[in-house]
Amino acid sequence: MKAFRPLALALATLFAAGAAQADITVGVVLPLTGPANGLGIPVNNYIKLWPTSIAGEKLKVIVLDDASDPSKGVQNAKKLVTEDKVDVLVGSAVTPVAIAMAGVAAEAQTVQLMMSPANLPAGKDYWSYRLPQSNAVMAHALIEHMKKKGIKQIGFLGYTDAYGEGWLNDFKAESAKLGGPQIVAVERFARPDTSVTAQALKLVSANPPAILVVASGSGAAMPHKGLIERGYKGTIYQTHAAASRDLMRIGGKDVEGSFVVSGPAVAPEQLPDSHPSKKLALDFVQKYEKAYGAGSRNQFGAHGYDAALVLEKVVPVALKAGKPGTQAFRTALRDAIENMGRTVLSQGVVTYSKDNHWGFTTETGVILKVVKGEWDVEN
Amino acid sequence: MDFSIASILTLDGVTNGAIYALLALATVLVFAITRVIFIAQGEFVAYGAITLAMLQNGNPVGSFWERHGDLPGTVWLLLVVALIAVVVDSVRGSRRGLGADQLLKDAAKTLALPVLVFAVAWFAGPRGWPLWAQSLFTLAVVTPLGPLVYRLAYEPVADASVLVLLIVSVGVHFALTGLGLVFFGAEGFRNPSFWDERFQIGAMTVSGQAIIIFVASIALMAALFVFFELTLRGKALRATAVNRLGARLMGISTSGAGKLTFGLAAFMGALSGLLIGPTTTVFYDSGFLIGLKGFVAAIFGGLASYPAAVLGALFVGVLESFGSFWASAFKEVIVFTVIIPVLLWRSFLHGHDDEE
Repeated sequence: MKAFRPLALALATLFAAGAAQADITVGVVLPLTGPANGLGIPVNNYIKLWPTSIAGEKLKVIVLDDASDPSKGVQNAKKLVTEDKVDVLVGSAVTPVAIAMAGVAAEAQTVQLMMSPANLPAGKDYWSYRLPQSNAVMAHALIEHMKKKGIKQIGFLGYTDAYGEGWLNDFKAESAKLGGPQIVAVERFARPDTSVTAQALKLVSANPPAILVVASGSGAAMPHKGLIERGYKGTIYQTHAAASRDLMRIGGKDVEGSFVVSGPAVAPEQLPDSHPSKKLALDFVQKYEKAYGAGSRNQFGAHGYDAALVLEKVVPVALKAGKPGTQAFRTALRDAIENMGRTVLSQGVVTYSKDNHWGFTTETGVILKVVKGEWDVEN
Repeated sequence: MDFSIASILTLDGVTNGAIYALLALATVLVFAITRVIFIAQGEFVAYGAITLAMLQNGNPVGSFWERHGDLPGTVWLLLVVALIAVVVDSVRGSRRGLGADQLLKDAAKTLALPVLVFAVAWFAGPRGWPLWAQSLFTLAVVTPLGPLVYRLAYEPVADASVLVLLIVSVGVHFALTGLGLVFFGAEGFRNPSFWDERFQIGAMTVSGQAIIIFVASIALMAALFVFFELTLRGKALRATAVNRLGARLMGISTSGAGKLTFGLAAFMGALSGLLIGPTTTVFYDSGFLIGLKGFVAAIFGGLASYPAAVLGALFVGVLESFGSFWASAFKEVIVFTVIIPVLLWRSFLHGHDDEE
């Protein structure tokens, strides 16, 4: 035991010295397990492909699993800001966790790049930026599509949590603005539920011409199938959290012909050449599928790609203000993102500003149709 | 709400209730015989469903390292748990001064079944057996886990208080969930339906899968009845449930009874998993909430009465179904709130009859 102590001391100083070196430390918190893992795993997949250095500074990435659980997410975020002194927090990909983490980010005055379109009260997102498209931006694309198809009424079947609630409110507001369809029936279900028969029954008896399912990842197929099994014949729309292949893997033929709103990164080949994101989206797809196999591209992997793009743009600016690991650097990062101006990402074009930490403009949403187990861009 | 809607909701509730009933029966069974409040019952549900899903995906013929990832995780899990049991047994056996040949014999006895299961999985994997054969094999994979769980987690503390056993159960639940994540991965699975037929009865559509759920549940209950009423083994279990010490004095091995009980519990859990797999997406951790509803149902029977547990399960299923129809946002609240008056009623009825 006595001989052990100096050794431990030596090791500790070594580690302390290591931390003092000016690496840029990025703390990532993602749902790698739990009901929302379908969102977290692809983000993490792309994070593994991140460059090893930005603007000449080494990039150190720490990934922790939040198990889709807000309290676990907060714990992880706290650990990252206090023990690892991260310069940037990334995550989470699931809304309730991302909201919970925003509190930690604000308290620690550390930039948070959210991988989820999380609604926060005004002023609470001073340190948080969202990389996924806002629900409002995506609802915009959905409503335009519904209007084109002449749909006047829709039903709503969504999560009982913040993601469902956020969509419901944003869709209502956006629809009122654009003169889109009315929501005539609202039903809820929880992420771990095994059946939506009762909810489907109520929606089918209200019989709206279209239903919007608000769910994410592998969890989006169950409610969809529940509606079909209850004999629903209308059009089913899914949100951008469902834009992964899990929808087809589990949903099978039941999800055929339904519409999913997504960013441009999922089907860049089918976009017109004039689309600003086409080049980056193609680059993302090529890199992602090289590592994870053909057809593996998805909405969330692209958010991981975009996070790196944002960092590459703002880190050189922030480095002028201070060394990584200092509060000056963290504050400069935040300000740099706010002032980075029009930036093209693989998922669309962002312009963050003092009053807008959502970024994406309304042209970003692309409507995909499921045709024979593949995405087909609707024009 | 009209009659047709009510009947559809009732049918849906009873279908889910039939699965909760199986789990409630297993919970009551385990508690009666071993005094263990087995929270991890639901884990066997997920294990069963996902094992079948992985067998369905099939695995290619190839070298050992190409193939090892494609075997259902439960097969590996079984092997690993059996090896741990062998190590524990050997250490304890040699301390008690057992000879090497006796130790080897014990080890062979513990390992025989897991190794056989492994060999069959290896052989069957690429051959794409029909669904029913894969289902039977799934039962054969998950069931031996039950006795091993008892052997490793509960047997060393079998005579401890109910509270200690409950605390062990919480640990077992987390261990099994974590192992599920390691061996299955985080993705959700959905199984093909056993019977795609649909029958129209008035406004109701009864799916073939629902009929299979009913038939399997009722058949299992009948089999349990026969087992406990007519066989010596079953009577020995009942004797253990009534009086552990008395049973031991009569030459009934309480350790053997515990293993058998956990085997039955794992079997019923795996069966529930096979039944629920085609109706929903099952994740490695989906079992907990399903098992918890079985547990709520078992509480209705005071963890003692089988018929009351079955009725409780059907009640929970129907309540859940109607609850999601009227107030889908509060479904879980409704289901778990109902347990409070039941607990109050139970404790008024019985008072504190023992210190546990």
